[in-house]
Amino acid sequence: MDHRYDVIIVGAGLAGLRAAIELSRDTRVAVITKVFATRSHSGAAQGGIGAAIGNEEKDDWQWHMFDTVKGSDYLGDQDAIEIMTTDAPRVVYELEHMGVPFNRTAEGKIAQRAFGGHTREFGAAPVKRACYAADRTGRVILDTLWERSLQRGIEFLHEYHVLSLLVEEGRCCGVCAYELSTGKIRILHCKALLMATGGAGKIFKTTSNAMASTGDGMALAYRAGAALQDMEFVQFHPTGIYKLGILISEAARGEGGILRNREGERFMERYAPTIKDLAPRDMVSRCILEEVRAGRGIDGKDYVNLDLTHLPQEEIGAKLAEIIGFARTYAGVDATREPIPVQPTCHYMMGGIAADSEGRVATDNESGIFEGLFAAGECACVSVHGANRLGCNSLLDTLVFGRRAGRTIAALVPLMDWPKVSATCEKEAVSRITDARGRKGSERIGAILSELQTQMMTSVSVFRCKQALSQARDALAGLKERYGRVALTDGSRRFNRELMDYFELGHMLDLAQVITQCALWREESRGAHFREDFPTRNDKDFLCHSMALWRDTGPPALMTRPVTITRFQPKERTY
Amino acid sequence: MQCRFMIYRFDPEKDAEPHYQSYVVEAEPTDKILDCLNRIRWEQDASLAFRASCAHGICGSDAMVINGSIALGCQKLIRDFKTGNSFVIEPLPLFKVVKDLVVDLDPFFEKYRSIKPFLINDEPPPETERLQDPTDQKTIEPALSCILCASCTAACPINRADAEYLGPAALLRAFRYLFDSRDSAGSERLAELDRESGAWGCKTMRWCTEVCPKGIPVTKCITRIKTAIRRKEKADGDAHV
Repeated sequence: MDHRYDVIIVGAGLAGLRAAIELSRDTRVAVITKVFATRSHSGAAQGGIGAAIGNEEKDDWQWHMFDTVKGSDYLGDQDAIEIMTTDAPRVVYELEHMGVPFNRTAEGKIAQRAFGGHTREFGAAPVKRACYAADRTGRVILDTLWERSLQRGIEFLHEYHVLSLLVEEGRCCGVCAYELSTGKIRILHCKALLMATGGAGKIFKTTSNAMASTGDGMALAYRAGAALQDMEFVQFHPTGIYKLGILISEAARGEGGILRNREGERFMERYAPTIKDLAPRDMVSRCILEEVRAGRGIDGKDYVNLDLTHLPQEEIGAKLAEIIGFARTYAGVDATREPIPVQPTCHYMMGGIAADSEGRVATDNESGIFEGLFAAGECACVSVHGANRLGCNSLLDTLVFGRRAGRTIAALVPLMDWPKVSATCEKEAVSRITDARGRKGSERIGAILSELQTQMMTSVSVFRCKQALSQARDALAGLKERYGRVALTDGSRRFNRELMDYFELGHMLDLAQVITQCALWREESRGAHFREDFPTRNDKDFLCHSMALWRDTGPPALMTRPVTITRFQPKERTY
Repeated sequence: MQCRFMIYRFDPEKDAEPHYQSYVVEAEPTDKILDCLNRIRWEQDASLAFRASCAHGICGSDAMVINGSIALGCQKLIRDFKTGNSFVIEPLPLFKVVKDLVVDLDPFFEKYRSIKPFLINDEPPPETERLQDPTDQKTIEPALSCILCASCTAACPINRADAEYLGPAALLRAFRYLFDSRDSAGSERLAELDRESGAWGCKTMRWCTEVCPKGIPVTKCITRIKTAIRRKEKADGDAHV
């Protein structure tokens, strides 16, 4: 055995780092990350973190809770949402105390801005709830938590790819990982393993996500026996830069930006008369594509304009500095003078590893718990976002549930004994990697990846229907079969990216199948999941979470689990 | 259009010497340099090693040398170069090459860690936020967009001559905490930086500022540290009199 840690955390984004900080100093913890910690995709979050601290105007956690429930199209579990929204002010103050450099009001308090779907008095009008640091909120929180981890002396294993979980008699007892810099295979044992690996946007052709967002944690846990929940709910952010998918934060609309079609019309007024451009993301993405379908895209093409030109230049230059830079660099547009061309871009997975509010992972739709395995952040589904996440709730989710998972683990670890890992289990994990090296075959990774991304974009994105989904399901089966014939040509040990691409592609194919299968099953429209053949919500049959379990042969086993409803009964969702 | 890429290749496990390898890539003027590298890796040569992740200048993974200048591969488009359609791609200078365009940044992060990059304030925090004047927050704002890509430190000529010098990135982070009105370790931080391998190592050559992909006025921030050191010395001197 190489190494033993009390706790292994996979992923060094906000959820993983917040959990790490929560563990006591005498716990031996390793944070494993496939990119250097500060490269984690949490750093790309722009707009803010939601908390009803009421610094700019009156606010109430119950309004925040209601908005989140309504935003989720009533699929979010309300007990978990209540935990998150009541804990939010504490989270923000804690971040401030750690040193996060939030923007300030004139009185020196944390500044707040409006964001999509966040309202006062249960939907009456937009409210300023997003605490922000210009448009680099994720960046500065990630930096602060990472620096706090350094201060705490937490051990990082940088550029290690986890390629399988060690599972012995239903208990997760470690990982098998590839160390990029040396090419060595590492077997690491632990009492508790936390998955905090983020999202899987790379499954889709147009995405705001990083190259590293390949859903590894979800796929590894799924293969090892964890249930995946609500995977059909994939968020498309309305404003990605045309053709590139690079995120233009909702903060642009929070600060007063307006979406316009080719006629210059502020079309969101027609769809969401009360909160207009600040409607939730699922709605705005659909509205943009409806405009395009009606021939009102710019120049008849598949994008609309995001107009910031009427806003005070100096203020916008400071508060939205990053996105103005993106528009300049990538679209060649001076956003203070001309509109930014935008279209929906794959942004966030509402679904993920089925986890409770303490980070424990489910193995079925009843009471089965995966011993030794925990999950938090985007890779987990708690579920606080239900069928559609509100902007500013993802940073909050990572910090609330990252901390809670850390606390759960901290309490459990002293009571846990070391797992006994059999030689067979380790051998199997190692041979998966050694077998992959030097594979002979006729297929190339790049070709399969590109077909996967195009297929998912065409058939499983904003608008879905049975015919396209069935076709995608069959195409995915074909891609998976071709994946079995992939050739690996790079024989080098160090920094063998091809080997990593190979495993990442396998993860994405598995997840794409689950997403498609669940999307086929859910014959209704709810939140980000819109079925053109079933265009309305059907609470009678589908007010429930979907769950998928890995099967060695054939498609995943699908089952359901009830939604927890406490304060807010499902109602029609209009804005 | 067809673009030719000459790329620095070196695998210390196999190669005695680094060499340059040539690839031809079909590219649009709006493609990023990183897009072309990805295409080479996926379509022609899977063994090409480089780091990248967010692909839009936020994560800081892909600083490299493009046609002789340090830049992020994801932030430069084909059309940004007046050199036609030929590109020479090399790893960052200063650091040891791990493989191809991948360099060992451990020494970079060691220096960064040495400046105590975290808020020091032993006062018990209030129940809500500490108040901070918005102008105080504005002071440190330029430093907040740093993505630790190491471009500045790699570009700095002093850094190349003096291995002990903290370098611009670490000094910029020191600036960020030194001038944070919530931090109470100002004097200790200044004392730490008051040495030749600290703030005084900077000879205001401005190469750091030139290459910073986030447009941070790095040299100006380091100069403010020097001013603060002088001011403190003067104040301490006055106090002794």
